[in-house]
Amino acid sequence: MKTPEKPNLMPDGQPIPEPVCTLDEMDIGLEALETTSAKEYTYAQMVLRRFLRHKLALTGFFIIGILITLTLLANVISSYDPSIAVIQDRFIPPFSPGHFLGTDDVGRDVWTRILYGGRISLMIGFITAITGGIIGALLGSASGYFGGWFDSLMMRVCEVFFSIPTLPILITLSKYFGGSPWNIILIMVVFGWAGTTRMVRGLVLQIKQYEYIEAAKAIGCSNSRIILRHVFPNTIAIVLVSMTLSIGGAILTESSLSFLGLGVQPDIPTWGNMLSNAMNFMWNAPHLVIWPGFFIFLTILSFNFLGDGLRDALDPKLKL
Amino acid sequence: MQEKTIHKDVIIKVDNLVKYFPIYGGLFGKKIAEVKAVDDISFEVKRGETYSLVGESGAGKTTAAKTAIRLYEPTSGKVLFNSSDGRELIDITKLRGENLRKTRKHMQVIFQDPCGSLNPRIPVGDIISEPLIVHGIKNKTERKDRVVAIMKTVGLRPEYLKRYQHEFSGGQRQRIGIARALVLNPDFIVCDEAVSALDVSIQSQIINLLQELQQQFGLTYLFIAHDLAVVRHMSDTIGVMYLGKLMEVASNAVLFENPLHPYTKALLNAVPIPNPELDRNRKIIMGDIPSPINPPSGCRFRTRCPYAIQDCHKIIPELKQITPGHFAACLRIGQI
Repeated sequence: MKTPEKPNLMPDGQPIPEPVCTLDEMDIGLEALETTSAKEYTYAQMVLRRFLRHKLALTGFFIIGILITLTLLANVISSYDPSIAVIQDRFIPPFSPGHFLGTDDVGRDVWTRILYGGRISLMIGFITAITGGIIGALLGSASGYFGGWFDSLMMRVCEVFFSIPTLPILITLSKYFGGSPWNIILIMVVFGWAGTTRMVRGLVLQIKQYEYIEAAKAIGCSNSRIILRHVFPNTIAIVLVSMTLSIGGAILTESSLSFLGLGVQPDIPTWGNMLSNAMNFMWNAPHLVIWPGFFIFLTILSFNFLGDGLRDALDPKLKL
Repeated sequence: MQEKTIHKDVIIKVDNLVKYFPIYGGLFGKKIAEVKAVDDISFEVKRGETYSLVGESGAGKTTAAKTAIRLYEPTSGKVLFNSSDGRELIDITKLRGENLRKTRKHMQVIFQDPCGSLNPRIPVGDIISEPLIVHGIKNKTERKDRVVAIMKTVGLRPEYLKRYQHEFSGGQRQRIGIARALVLNPDFIVCDEAVSALDVSIQSQIINLLQELQQQFGLTYLFIAHDLAVVRHMSDTIGVMYLGKLMEVASNAVLFENPLHPYTKALLNAVPIPNPELDRNRKIIMGDIPSPINPPSGCRFRTRCPYAIQDCHKIIPELKQITPGHFAACLRIGQI
């Protein structure tokens, strides 16, 4: 047993409260502090590191990246025009020279149409999901945070939107407005914001009653600081994930509508339009169904992987 | 004025504090009832002491303390606070916006649930330094120095700065909560069941830490607990609450030696004694605490009181001084 050589006093003569770890551990701790301070990382950096360790999400991310690049470079990659018919080249099977994925019933190159169609489909997916997500997040946080009559009103409106059967309305509206991609986006946003709003509202209500919000109030945080620092960051992760997942959903809805002949007008190539068009030739030329179907499948799968990965990476409680 | 009469070494004086929580219901969301969580209580806490509020669950201890420091808006009543410079007396209930935020610097809370009271997405170093940011300490190095210093004081290793709440044990989390409360050098701290969520060995560590900190920084505690052993160990003065009202107030020794109110007696009687041989004539109160939405008329405790008489139904007993410093609210004091 060693006895302390000096009396345990702070510089101002106050006694030091006994720490739980011994002095030696404390010294190690201070050294560690010096070394770790060089590689301190922020929340964003931590999320990035965790995301990079998530193999599936990374795969999804790369596939989506490649798809976006390819579709944006469509006119560079392919020398064909997506909408000009070349009657003598009808129904060329895939993997033929000059037509990598074959041609369709009027001799248009399938690979070219996949690329140009992907532009529209991905654009519709992204814009719908992001717009819907932002509207939902704003209305939902306002509804949850302020409560009262505004909250009641918003929730009744949401319920109205939930109780309308979407598909018949979508069909009617798209018939009425015509099939430009922007109209499809508008229709899907109008019918999509309610879900996000309700989700975010629930989330904000839940966060509002956590004790750390009360703690923030107790230390003297202003309302705006509480919202920006404590409420918002805790919803953003979930909104981001839900947005990612709904991109896939929007692409799927667009495809379904186009497949029914009610989405984007038939002369603009989208994956849904290509599928719809291929219906009549399914038995003679199955590749016309398989390729657009495959790309829809690949995109949605990738977005789902990405969404899952984001959710895991954004949640500091999960160990990855 | 009453403000002038408050004694110099009183840090906080609660006057006729009332907190009712409205219950909304029905089709149009009207107010249909009220939970009378705190119903007209008055007490004062002296600088440097530990004042404990005890009572069953649902007695309104936490609400009383949180209303006193304006975490909840009081329905009515006054709270006079003697801020650190010792010159200014503030009625906390009248403060608005910026002034209230500034006053919060002097009064802090340690919460019951160490897990729920720390934001899971913010590293603990930032959690502890947030009060400094909020109260205008702009210099980053200064903030970090103070955070590291306070972490050492409460027995946390400073290299844990960048870790997240969930990477800590319950006791460590409570230390983080204590560090956050202390970093601004407050005078007055509400310990809202600060040790009830911890297991017993950690409890004693945290209690010792709280006592050491009290000596070191001259803190005043408003300590909320239901564990009478802890209360007996910690407190200077004890207030016994039942259903939103103070039943008895006395110094620690007096209350445990000579409880006057039947409720206090029952409460003390319920403490287990680790000796099976000992034959105790225990008078355990039966049943549950009545609903604070519709509390009993007259004395709140009459429904469970073995000594209740007809008058207890009609008269609300006042908290009267029985002997110097010993207050009780019972009609039958001296008769039982």
